Amino acid sequence: MSAPGFILVIAVAVLYSSGFYLLLQRSLMRVVFGITALGHAANISLLLTDEAITLPPLLTGHEGELSDPLPQAMTLTAIVITFGVTTFLLALAYRVWLGDGNDEVPNDVEDRRIKQLSEPEDSA
Amino acid sequence: MNLLLVIPFLVPLVGAAVTLLLRRTPRAQQAASVLVLAAVVVDAALLLAKTAGGTVATSQAGAWEAPLGITIVADALSALLVLVSSVVLLVVLLYAIGQDIGGLSRAMPQVFHPIYLVLTAGVCLSFLAGDLFNLFVGFEVMLTASYALITQAPTRARVRASMIYTVVSLTSSILFLTGVALVYGLTGTVNMADIAEKLGAAPEELRMVLALLFLVVFGIKSALVPMHFWLPDSYPVAITRISAIFAALLTKVAVYAIIRSQTLLFGRDDISAVLLWMAIATMIVGILGALVQDDINRVVAFTLVSHIGYMIFGLGLNTVAGIAGVVIYLVHHIVVQASLFLVNGLIRQYVGHTSLRAVRGLTTVSPALALFFLLPAMSLAGLPPMSGFVAKVALFKAGIEAGGWLVYLGVVAGVLTSLLTLMAIFRIWVRGFWGTPMPDMVEARAQLRSGSSRAGLRFTTAMTGVMVGVGITVAVMAGPLTDIAFTAARELLDPSAYIDAVLQKGPS
Repeated sequence: MSAPGFILVIAVAVLYSSGFYLLLQRSLMRVVFGITALGHAANISLLLTDEAITLPPLLTGHEGELSDPLPQAMTLTAIVITFGVTTFLLALAYRVWLGDGNDEVPNDVEDRRIKQLSEPEDSA
Repeated sequence: MNLLLVIPFLVPLVGAAVTLLLRRTPRAQQAASVLVLAAVVVDAALLLAKTAGGTVATSQAGAWEAPLGITIVADALSALLVLVSSVVLLVVLLYAIGQDIGGLSRAMPQVFHPIYLVLTAGVCLSFLAGDLFNLFVGFEVMLTASYALITQAPTRARVRASMIYTVVSLTSSILFLTGVALVYGLTGTVNMADIAEKLGAAPEELRMVLALLFLVVFGIKSALVPMHFWLPDSYPVAITRISAIFAALLTKVAVYAIIRSQTLLFGRDDISAVLLWMAIATMIVGILGALVQDDINRVVAFTLVSHIGYMIFGLGLNTVAGIAGVVIYLVHHIVVQASLFLVNGLIRQYVGHTSLRAVRGLTTVSPALALFFLLPAMSLAGLPPMSGFVAKVALFKAGIEAGGWLVYLGVVAGVLTSLLTLMAIFRIWVRGFWGTPMPDMVEARAQLRSGSSRAGLRFTTAMTGVMVGVGITVAVMAGPLTDIAFTAARELLDPSAYIDAVLQKGPS
């Protein structure tokens, strides 16, 4: 594998792991950043499917080998989707912050209530 | 170019633009939406008539030959699901219009109509997509519309719930995209028929990993245990018409994607055991969740999780009879879930909430309401002669034919889940429908009956009745439905007809 390809593989690994780590945090802003990182990871892995990542893109009047345009087209579509949805998530996080004054994921009230049912009376 | 195949998603997209332009004239907007969905229903019926015999219809966009171009494919399963979905979408749309006329909902109709049509386009495109990336786009169109719909009439609880919903769906979408990238890297194509032919040459371990990755992706979206936690927290919080559509269609689209990917793309026997274990866990965990809930909406949401298990059980059998059972179950469940959520919406209209702690004597408040709840609920529990009975018998029969201890365990879990569903329903019935109504409920009802919303109330009740009627029609049509289901199952287990039709051996 070519050197740029190898660097991108490492970038994908770092982006996936940090993305999932951030996704598991309680602050909604971090969750949004996690989603962004995961989106980048998926997009770069789409680009990596082309072995000829170092070759020039599809051009008219160019001699020699060209890179595969399909992964680039799919990546563009995916970027637009993740971009749009990230904006929507930011708006939602802002609404949560406006409503509650914080952006933390709350405890699940229903779960707490059911857990209380399972505990003996005197320990509560 | 075969117009029948593109109408189900193209016309709703154009309709979304038109209804956006018509937002200042509510009547014209409502008429446009109804017309669009009626057109899709007619189109889907024609498509089903064409494919029910076992022919696979294809359309190559821009006359680019597969696997280079975008292929739209309809086999019996796709056409059947497009038809059932569009009928349910149409009835829920009419229910929503009834609510808007009566001023019974706080949703903004001018926003609702365009997004609803985009959701329709996404659902239909997912069913008809012939390549993996287009399936992803169909999912995204559907989900993006659903993100916007779940925040309609935003309250603090709804914004919280939609945040959970959006983040979970988005995570599974990104995994989906990763899966597409891996498949493309491995085979150099995204056309599903082409992948099916080329994936055989790939290393065994990689194929296993991909099959499991796609199972996780669609498992999150269809709320399979242990990936179901988001569903009971988000669906019941949305306004009625939207939770009805989400419960009826969104998880079923994901179940369709599981069926398509596990039969056409991977077609592995060794995944069956995984599917069966997940099915058993989904049935049992879901129904136990339903038994401890105190809100009718949440009980119904948990039964939704539980009954997804039946469909995965049928798929896990990996026999023609098993998959035919899944197809019948899909049709039955789409209609029944939609009816139950519409009934919950009616309860909310009559008494303002659906908590079992504060609802009593609904039979006295409205006998029609009680009837409309009882019929789909009985069907859900699988009592004869409802459609749920037909579907469950088909599945259990297929299971006993297939044999093996794990399958028998699945059948036992299925029967147990049916009984527990019955128990969950009778809990609602005894606590919510029997007894004398609370004074505030009688008052609320009297106010509604005399107020300006009377016409809307009648119309929404009538539409709920229509949805229940559709459910009964499914039971009456069980004979032809079974024929189509068996055709679909044979096509799924022997995908050569599908592959031939897509890869230029059929008419384009």
